[in-house]
Amino acid sequence: MPDTALAIKTESLGRIYKIRGGKKSEPKERVALADVNLEIQRGEFFGLLGPNGAGKTTLIKILVTLLAPTSGRALVAGYDAAKQPHEVRPRINMVSGGESSGYGLLTVRENLWMFAQFYGLDNKTAYARIDELLEIVGLADRANTKTSDLSTGLRQKMNIVRGFITDPEVIFLDEPTLGLDVSASRDIRRFIRQWMTDRPGRTVLLTTHYMAEADELCDRVAIINAGRVLACDTPEVLKKRLQRDAIFKLEVSPLRNGASGVFQTLPGVRKFVHNPQDGKSELDLILEADDALSGVVAALTSHNAHILNLQKREPTLEDVFVELVGMSMTEAERASE
Amino acid sequence: MTTITSLTTPVQPDRGWRLFLRTILARAYPRLIGQQREKAWIFFETFLPFLATIGYIYVYRAIQAPEDYIGFAVIGGAMTAFWLNIMWLMASQLYWEKESGNLPLFIIAPNSLMAILLGMAVGGLLATCLRALIIVGLGAWLFSIPFAISSFLQLFLVFMLTMAALYGLGMLLASLFLLFGRDAHQIVQLLQEPVYFVSGFYFPIKSFGFVVASAASLLPLTLGLDAMRQLTFASGPALGFLSVEIEIGALLVLSVVFIAAAKYWLDLVERKAIEEGTLTDRRR
Repeated sequence: MPDTALAIKTESLGRIYKIRGGKKSEPKERVALADVNLEIQRGEFFGLLGPNGAGKTTLIKILVTLLAPTSGRALVAGYDAAKQPHEVRPRINMVSGGESSGYGLLTVRENLWMFAQFYGLDNKTAYARIDELLEIVGLADRANTKTSDLSTGLRQKMNIVRGFITDPEVIFLDEPTLGLDVSASRDIRRFIRQWMTDRPGRTVLLTTHYMAEADELCDRVAIINAGRVLACDTPEVLKKRLQRDAIFKLEVSPLRNGASGVFQTLPGVRKFVHNPQDGKSELDLILEADDALSGVVAALTSHNAHILNLQKREPTLEDVFVELVGMSMTEAERASE
Repeated sequence: MTTITSLTTPVQPDRGWRLFLRTILARAYPRLIGQQREKAWIFFETFLPFLATIGYIYVYRAIQAPEDYIGFAVIGGAMTAFWLNIMWLMASQLYWEKESGNLPLFIIAPNSLMAILLGMAVGGLLATCLRALIIVGLGAWLFSIPFAISSFLQLFLVFMLTMAALYGLGMLLASLFLLFGRDAHQIVQLLQEPVYFVSGFYFPIKSFGFVVASAASLLPLTLGLDAMRQLTFASGPALGFLSVEIEIGALLVLSVVFIAAAKYWLDLVERKAIEEGTLTDRRR
């Protein structure tokens, strides 16, 4: 009998990709995941947070039976995803951001019916659930619109319906709001929260690089970078790591290249992130205490940088990421390229 | 205005053969409905093959060939539609499913990938039947073809076995295309005209002699066409390559071999996709 107490469990999970170059070159290896150990409870809304290239999608691919791990194992609903994919598949579903699933010639309702058939839903149940879900996500008036005529946001709502139509025990949402406008993202988040409330035993694994989304939705969050899980806890506990620190956001006139190194070494500065913007520089600072700010201001003055805006704020998951990785999410993405 | 806020319909999904059948029908649906919505396809895949057929008909008329040869060309033209469907749609279908992002969703669904592929085949077959019927109907009407069907039952059997073998080959090609990508596609494109030629689309393959005709018989349409002509025209048996019974037996073997090979390669492709993690990735 499978151990079904946990929705997801990974044990020392690893994945290495072999990358082939030219014909004569030896294949290179890229570590996408290394020693990932996670336990996700049934009914939990769990977030995987990390920059592009961190290994989030690789982890999801292993869990949904699309990819075999090179080491360790992954259990989903109590079944080994690599060895028992036919037990895992009826219990899961997946929605990815920016996916263009289905056929443009079919209407929204027809596409959803088709995918429902692939999961064995009879016509009556399929149509009843399609109609209910379309109504809930506000897509009922587009049920008979060809999919090719939908906007990106509406298409993603259809994808969300596709994922939930089968009432999966575990649903994997891989950047589900990627590229959507604020309103469409909000609708999708609202729907997912409602589904979790209505179906308490169901589990969501969300990957996102939107920190606010993870903070808003998730019971627990794992921060992942370069294939490794760096921290895993509730957003509140993760942010408490920084509660003793003073966190400031500054906007200053453009800083010269190379000036950043000076700030990192100032007394009391724990982390310093410089985001060059159009006509200004944004600085994220994690300081040991408020009084360390005077040193930063003095250093800015000596670099002829004028302060345009200064804001002290509560720690966010982005700050936790900076604390753990030593760079912002954007910088980590650049570094992985 | 949204009035429903929660789902109330419970899910009790089918498994086993019911799921298998549901998947076949569901994947066949886009092909059939697509034909209704994009009527231009009918024009390109009916009218254009028919033009080549008409060319052969006028050649036969010009040289005062027996009237049955005109019927041979029309039947060949109708069957060309199936080969075009295999070449341009069926064989590249899995590749396009990958490119459009559907393939990962097909794999993680609890159905069999074979059912998806069968659905594509059934959809393509039914959609193409309409085109083939139009070609035969038009040909019969325009050129007063002297049909003399000797056995409807055998004709139906030959057609069904030819389709099973042909779409089995299409399913096999679909797996190979996914595995080898553009290389496989280019090779099949290169083979298009030779396949037209050796399958005897517009003339009886008996003209090739035994050795060449036997080699050509590895293509399902070769024996299928030959048997259909023997069963449809008065002079068919005299111009046939082998007896209809032997050709039915050979078609049965080809059907089993191609469908089994398609299943083998599909399993291999799925295994490789999961091991390497690249076959389901879209090119970006």
